Amino acid sequence: MSARPPPRAPAPLEYLTTKKDEFVGWARKFSLFPYPFVTACCAMEFMSVSSTLYDTDRFGAALPRFSPRQSDLLMVVGTIVHKQTPVLRRVYEQMCEPKWVIAFGVCATSGGFYQNYATLPGIDKIIPVDLYIPGCPPRPEMVIDGIMKLQDRIAAERHPIITERF
Amino acid sequence: MGAEIFERVRARWSGEVEDGGVQHGTLTLELSPDRLRDVASSLKSEFGFDMLLDVTAVDWPERQTRFDVVYHFYSTRDFVRLRLKTRVTFEAPVVDTLVTLYQAARFAERECHDMYGIEFRGNDDLRPILLYEGFVGHPLRKDYPKQHEQPLVPYRT
Amino acid sequence: MDARPDLPNPIRPAFTAGETPGSTIVNIGPSHPATHGTVQIVAELSGERVMRADIHCGYLHRGFEKECESHTWHNLIPYVDRLNYCSALINDFAYCEAVERLMGIEITPRCRYLRTLLAEYSRIADHLTCTAAMLMELGAMTAFLYLVTLRDYIYEHLANLTGARVTYSFGRIGGLARDLPEGWLKRLEEILGEYDVFVGRVHGLVDRNRIFIDRMRNIGVLRTEEAIGWGYTGPVLRSTGAPRDLRKDTPYLAYSELDFEVPVGINGDNYDRYYVRMREMDESVHMIRQLVDRLPDGPISVADRRCTLPEKHLVYTEIESLINHFKLIIDGPQVPAGEVYSAHEGANGELGFYIVSTGLGIPYKVHVRSPSFVHLGGLHRMLEGYQLADLVPTFGSINMIGGECDR
Repeated sequence: MSARPPPRAPAPLEYLTTKKDEFVGWARKFSLFPYPFVTACCAMEFMSVSSTLYDTDRFGAALPRFSPRQSDLLMVVGTIVHKQTPVLRRVYEQMCEPKWVIAFGVCATSGGFYQNYATLPGIDKIIPVDLYIPGCPPRPEMVIDGIMKLQDRIAAERHPIITERF
Repeated sequence: MGAEIFERVRARWSGEVEDGGVQHGTLTLELSPDRLRDVASSLKSEFGFDMLLDVTAVDWPERQTRFDVVYHFYSTRDFVRLRLKTRVTFEAPVVDTLVTLYQAARFAERECHDMYGIEFRGNDDLRPILLYEGFVGHPLRKDYPKQHEQPLVPYRT
Repeated sequence: MDARPDLPNPIRPAFTAGETPGSTIVNIGPSHPATHGTVQIVAELSGERVMRADIHCGYLHRGFEKECESHTWHNLIPYVDRLNYCSALINDFAYCEAVERLMGIEITPRCRYLRTLLAEYSRIADHLTCTAAMLMELGAMTAFLYLVTLRDYIYEHLANLTGARVTYSFGRIGGLARDLPEGWLKRLEEILGEYDVFVGRVHGLVDRNRIFIDRMRNIGVLRTEEAIGWGYTGPVLRSTGAPRDLRKDTPYLAYSELDFEVPVGINGDNYDRYYVRMREMDESVHMIRQLVDRLPDGPISVADRRCTLPEKHLVYTEIESLINHFKLIIDGPQVPAGEVYSAHEGANGELGFYIVSTGLGIPYKVHVRSPSFVHLGGLHRMLEGYQLADLVPTFGSINMIGGECDR
C-alpha cells in the first residue's frame, strides 16, 4: 500500500485505449459463434431459443459453427457423462482464444439430480466455465438473460497492448 | 386369442419348464439355461413370437442363483407378450445367445452384459455399449455403490 | 487419441482397418450436429459410399435404472420424464400405468381421457421435433422454423397446465397432478388451428420438392421381416408397410373408443418415414378433437389412499390424512411384490416398462425397453451401401432420442 501507483499513460492515450477496448468488446459480444455441444433435454430449449419466438439472432449469436476451430462460445447443453468427458475436453482445447463456456442447464452446471456412477457432477470439473444457466431445462428467457450477462462480461474485458508477459 | 396361444405354449412345454402363470396379460415361463435356445426357437417358429423385445436381468444377491435373466417376446400376429426367465449363479453367469434367432438380441445382450456381467455364450461382440472402455465392474448389481464414479479425465483443481 | 494419454478413447471400434482396398475409416460424432449430439458412428468409406458402419451409443447413459432403485415410486417420475424428452408425457403415463397395474388400480374415466389427450399432444410435439430436425439437417431451415414455432406454442400451452415446458412430471400413480385450468381447451382449439396452417405450409414446401424426393426416396430402405427381426416398432416399422400400432393392436387408455387410422408406408425408406410421421400427426389432431368432445367430468385421481395424496386442507386438519400424506411421501406408495411389463405406443415405438417390486415403497428394478436403443441396433443396415450424405437424413428419420436410448 505504500508503494507508488504505476505511472499512468497520458490522458489522450488512455482515451484511445479504452475506446479500443470498448470497440473490441462490442465487436466480440455481438458476433458470438456458438458451438452447441448438445446432449440431452436442454437441446429442446436450445432449439426454441434459436428459433423465431425467442431469437438469439438479435444478439448476434445465431450462427452455430459445428467445428471448434471456427467457434468461440462453447455451449454445453445437457448432461455430460463420464464417457463423454474426453470428447468435451478435446473440443474445448481445440477452440482458439478468445473462448467462453456456458454451462446450459443444471446437469452441465452441477450434474443435476443425477448423482451416480455415470454422470459428471458439473462440467467445471474438467473445463473452466464462464456462465452457468440453471434450470431443468431453463426457460428461453433465462438463456437470453444469461447470454446478455455474458455479453456484458465480454464487453467489459480489457485488452492491454503491453501485458505482464511482454 | 392370447389365452389360446398361452395354453398351446404351456401344453407344448409343460414338464420341461416351470409355469409362472399369466399375470397382467403376460405368460411367464421359468426354465433352466440349457433349455433356453430350444424354447426360444420353438417360440419363434411354432408359436409366432417373431419379435424379441428385451433382454435384461434382475439381481437377487441373497439367492444362490443370483441372477434372473429375463427375456420378453412379442407376437406381431397375435399381439401377445411372453416372458422367459432363467436363473444363473454368480460364479457362472453364462447363458446361450439368441443372436442367431433374433438380431435384436445383439444390442440387448451387450447392454445386459455391461450392466450385470451376464456372459452370452456365442455372442462374440460383448463390447461395452452404455459404459466405456476401462470401466471396472457392473453397475446394476446390488453390490455396486451408486455413487462410485470412475472418471476418465482427471478433474481440474 | 494416442498422443494424449490423459484423454483415453472411451470406445473400442469394431474395425480399425478397412476391408475394401482404398477405403478410409472416418469417425462421425459424438459431438456432431447430425447425430443429435450423442451417437458415434465409425464408418468405413470407399469414396463417398459407406461400406460398414459401427454405431456407438452410451454417451448419455445417466444411470436411470440405478437412480430408480433409490427413490420412491413417485419420486422417480422426473427421471422417467427425461427418457424421451421430446414427448415426456408419454413416458410418465406409461410408467404410471405399469405401477397401477401392479397395484391393481383402475384410473378414473376423466383421467383416462386426459391421459390419452396429453399423450397424443406429446406425440405431436415429438413428431414436430423429429421432422424439424431432419429437415433442418437437409437444409430446409424455413420448415424447421415453422415447426419449432408451432412446437413452442404447444410447450407454452403445456406449461400453462403443468408448470414446465419440456419435462413435465405430470403423471401421478393413480391419476394426474392437477386438473385442466380455465380456458385450456379453448387455447387447445386455437393451437390445432395453427397446426393446420403451419404444417400445411411445410407440406407445400417439402412434399413434392424435387430435391427432397431425390434425397429421401429409396434411401435407408428397410423391409418388414428385417425390421421385425431387428426389433423395430413404431413409425419405422409402419413405414415398411406393416400396420402395427399398439394403440390399435392392444388398446390401452381410451384408444379403443376413438376412431383413427394407422398410416403405413410403401417402401420403408426415409421419405416414407417422414410422411408416416406427418400423417400420424394429423391422426393425433383428429383424436384430440374427438377426445375434447367426449371428455367426461369427474375426479382426476382415483380416491385410493395407497397412492393418492389427500387434499391439503384435510392434511392440515385430520390426523389420518396427515399420517397418510407423511407415509406416502417418506416411504412411498407400497406396491405389492411382483413384476409387470407394460408397454405403450411411444412416439418412436413400443415403450415398455419392466418393473419388479418387493412390496416396498421403492422399486427393486425399473427397466425401460426403449425403442431408440433397439433401433440403433439395426441402423447400420440402413446406412451401409448408401452415400455418406445419406447418413444425415437416415439418422434423423429414425428419431433417435439420446435420453431414451442410453437411459
